[in-house]
Amino acid sequence: MTGPAIETGAPVRARATAEALPSVTVPSRAPSFLGDTWRIARKDLLIEFRTRSGFLSTAVFALIALAIFRFSWDPTAVNTLDLAPGVLWVIFTFAGLLGLNRSFGVEHADRALDALLASPVSREAIFAGKALGNLVFLLGVQALAIPTLGLFFGLPLGPEWLMVAAVAVLAAVGFVAVGTLFAAVASNTRLAEMLLPMLSLPFFMPVVIPAAQATARLLGDQPLSEAVPALKILALFDIVFVVACTLAFPFTLEE
Amino acid sequence: MTSVSAIESRPATRPLPMVDWLLVLSLFAVGGALTRALLYTPADAALGAVQRIFYIHVPSAILGMYVACTIMAIGGGLYLWLKDDRLDRIAESAAEVGFVFLTVVLVTGAIWGKSSWGTAWAWEPRLMSALFLWFVVLSYLVLRDALENPEARARLSAVLGVLALLLVPFIHMTVYLFRGLHPEPIVLQPSKPAMSSEMLGTFGYAVLAFTLLFFALVRVRYQWATARDARLALEQA
Amino acid sequence: MSGALVASGVSRRFGARTVVREVSLALEAGDCLALFGPNGAGKTTLLRLLGGLLSPHSGTVALHGHTLPGEADTRRLLGVISHKSMLYDALTVRENVTFAAECQGVRDVRAAVDAVLDRLLVRDREHQPVRALSRGLQQRVSIARALVHGPRLVLLDEPYTGLDEVGARALTEALRALKASGATVVLITHNLAEGLELATHTAIMREGQFVHESERPAHGFDVAMYAAMYRELVAGGE
Repeated sequence: MTGPAIETGAPVRARATAEALPSVTVPSRAPSFLGDTWRIARKDLLIEFRTRSGFLSTAVFALIALAIFRFSWDPTAVNTLDLAPGVLWVIFTFAGLLGLNRSFGVEHADRALDALLASPVSREAIFAGKALGNLVFLLGVQALAIPTLGLFFGLPLGPEWLMVAAVAVLAAVGFVAVGTLFAAVASNTRLAEMLLPMLSLPFFMPVVIPAAQATARLLGDQPLSEAVPALKILALFDIVFVVACTLAFPFTLEE
Repeated sequence: MTSVSAIESRPATRPLPMVDWLLVLSLFAVGGALTRALLYTPADAALGAVQRIFYIHVPSAILGMYVACTIMAIGGGLYLWLKDDRLDRIAESAAEVGFVFLTVVLVTGAIWGKSSWGTAWAWEPRLMSALFLWFVVLSYLVLRDALENPEARARLSAVLGVLALLLVPFIHMTVYLFRGLHPEPIVLQPSKPAMSSEMLGTFGYAVLAFTLLFFALVRVRYQWATARDARLALEQA
Repeated sequence: MSGALVASGVSRRFGARTVVREVSLALEAGDCLALFGPNGAGKTTLLRLLGGLLSPHSGTVALHGHTLPGEADTRRLLGVISHKSMLYDALTVRENVTFAAECQGVRDVRAAVDAVLDRLLVRDREHQPVRALSRGLQQRVSIARALVHGPRLVLLDEPYTGLDEVGARALTEALRALKASGATVVLITHNLAEGLELATHTAIMREGQFVHESERPAHGFDVAMYAAMYRELVAGGE
């Protein structure tokens, strides 16, 4: 068992055997994936709520960016409906990156991640928890940005905005899965803030482009079927990358 | 205390050869393919002389987009499983050589576009796919560069490599949401053979020659990486 | 070999550098191993290997017969303390320790947190955010975080760094109580006197290997003699 492992340089991992483990002195229960995920997300959101600076600066960034786009736009040259979806999703991408950059900074500041890794919580639950926290953060920014977009660009209110909100949730799930994983990868380097956009932007492309297209179709009062191909890509992306990133996350940790 | 240095996996320290014969052979093959394409194969009647860029562009695209990315991802995936440094060096070499091939794809694509569509950069699906893959491979190389610890570099870049392979179909699906200017693939359409058998022969020969060049370059790059790691091991021992 | 914590022939490399080389040790429940050595000797890496936080490239580590790194049920037995607090500085003392207790799966979180905050003398600060506390107090909260679930193997990496006298005493008392309750303790420290006071076993590490091992004599360690020997052994290593 150890022979080939040494040759290939792989850490040895033998099967557990032998006597029953002693119990800890304080009564405890088995870890639960969903419980741990929720605890970690709640902890991250509580930190976010306490410090507030992260959410505020991201939200302010989104609003300022919307205003700048609106002012730099020549209404006689470009139709609002052609511009608004692109603006929304570009801002979504960069606001999301601002939030993701903070995600693992909290864990690394005083090495709190080491304590989490030494606890019974599974690596997958740590990933899911961090991602859930980021998802709520991003949806919070979106909840501010989307109505502001409608206001600044003078788009008529209507039931199609509910569908736009659904697109935002669909896009945010895949975005956050990939973004959280790359935030973990980048946090291992000294240039984390610089590296994260470079690593993740090519991966955001199949999220942002279909989302922008679906938004354009929905706001343009086109039949829902026009937006379906884009929605399918988003849904498939969510499924594939939520699973892949959850499975890949343990490999971003040293062991 | 027994010494464990004997069982440690150290890359063999062999001096690199002055001339890599496989590389020389592959360069001759590519030279032959290009000579044949330029001198002995008739140009496409409709597209004109620029059509001959096709004999560089398409083989580079096949190797850069599909072969290199697949080796990068499989090498990475196997590394995560077996933790064998050689797999990491294979992935690293394929990515770097693939990056060069993808750059060739973009440059030849722009030349083609300038003369047949009148614009050097058309936002066209296949070109966009190549561009995004170029970005992915570039970020893979930059990530490797940013990580100093060799173990972390191998592990984290392997994660990126595997995810990149999953990304490729999504890039294709996304770019095909738009309509394209790119000529439809004309090789694999048995019903409508748009290429003459002469052109097809030259094309097949070009694919073989470029494939040989690709693997010769990967092999040289791999040997270089092995020598580098061996030197590092000696320095740190 | 049998015992609570057994390492046999453990080696670990980072890249081409071998950081821990063929280390073996066996500790019983209630033992405390003090690990001394110059910087870069591989102490922290060995500690992480002993906790199953890092996989060895060769050799094995077993906790009560279970090979590490193990699953959740072996990690549950672990408490880790280092000179980094491993706390979230925006959260209060109670929130930090409660989060740790929940992650450990403690059943009665409130009671366990109350008890450990009392033991480490930080109960009066429970509603202050960690960032408002002094370094010494933060370290005590960190110890409370690590001990809240009653771990059976406690790993400490330079825990006395930055502790004031009250904090150091509270830590020593907490470790003494842990030992008495049958936990196994592995302690890295640069301070020979503090390490020797608690240790039942000592080891001096240099270049990834143990260069000296000893057991506590009946009358306790002679700090001056040990210090002289330590200087002798690591001379040239620093």
